[in-house]
Amino acid sequence: MKTKIFPLFLIFTFSIIFFVFYKGLQNTNIYTPEIKSEIKIPNFHTNEFFSKNKINSDQIFVGSEYYLLNIWASWCIPCKEEHKYLIDLSKKENIKIIGQNYKDNFDNAKNFLIKLDNPYDLIFLDNDGTIAIEWGAYGVPETFLIKNNQIIKKIIGPLNEKLLFEIKELIK
Amino acid sequence: MNILKILISAIFLIPCFSSDLKAKNLETEITKNLRCLICQGQSVYDSDSEFANSLKILVEKKLNEGLDEKQIYDYLKNKYGDWILYDPGFSKNTYFLWLLPILMFVFGGAIILRKVILKKNKL
Repeated sequence: MKTKIFPLFLIFTFSIIFFVFYKGLQNTNIYTPEIKSEIKIPNFHTNEFFSKNKINSDQIFVGSEYYLLNIWASWCIPCKEEHKYLIDLSKKENIKIIGQNYKDNFDNAKNFLIKLDNPYDLIFLDNDGTIAIEWGAYGVPETFLIKNNQIIKKIIGPLNEKLLFEIKELIK
Repeated sequence: MNILKILISAIFLIPCFSSDLKAKNLETEITKNLRCLICQGQSVYDSDSEFANSLKILVEKKLNEGLDEKQIYDYLKNKYGDWILYDPGFSKNTYFLWLLPILMFVFGGAIILRKVILKKNKL
């Protein structure tokens, strides 16, 4: 009796271990804690992308319009993939797209916009990445939907068809 | 004589650098207690990712602005949640984490005490 239970027990244990690890393979390994989604936008000073003029965040996000803040860089491959969705959104009248150029080289960034078209109403610089931290961002690309100085939606990673649809529904 | 002069001036110069050194030490201490959120298992201090490098600059900036250690932790906790701290504060989400060792200690102690008393009674 004892000899029969042991192999069964072994098989059972290993199948559980296999199952747990197999499930774990499919999970993403980036843990994103839940944060209250409606938070006030940060206050910061920066420079405009083309003119290099000084600009304050309260001059960028004014009134009760919808703003889409997109953190991007020319060296970021997923940014290229999501660019067509930003172009699509830029055709909408009721939303302003703001670009935050993250740790980038000016010439590379300019070429990126010439090659793929410029969907942004305004771009500002974030050369040392500290403004991204102020936003609570993890890296590039990241997108925030803003209304009345409040973040109403935060998207970590590139945009896709589904997210584009969600944004369009929100700003209707 | 020349060596003596250099030595004496060096002794007088030490305090000028030490305040700078102190600030650097505090910065190191803070970044060691911050979790790099995109590279798991590493602190911000150990990591060389874009995120960690920006965070190091930000901590330095905030220290220069005159914020103390706790204010910086609170500031970052507000943005990223408790997860960014290696040493989370006592709150309703973490009380179990903090009380678990004490509970285990009390429970273990109770078991030992019971055994000792039982043994004594037997004797």
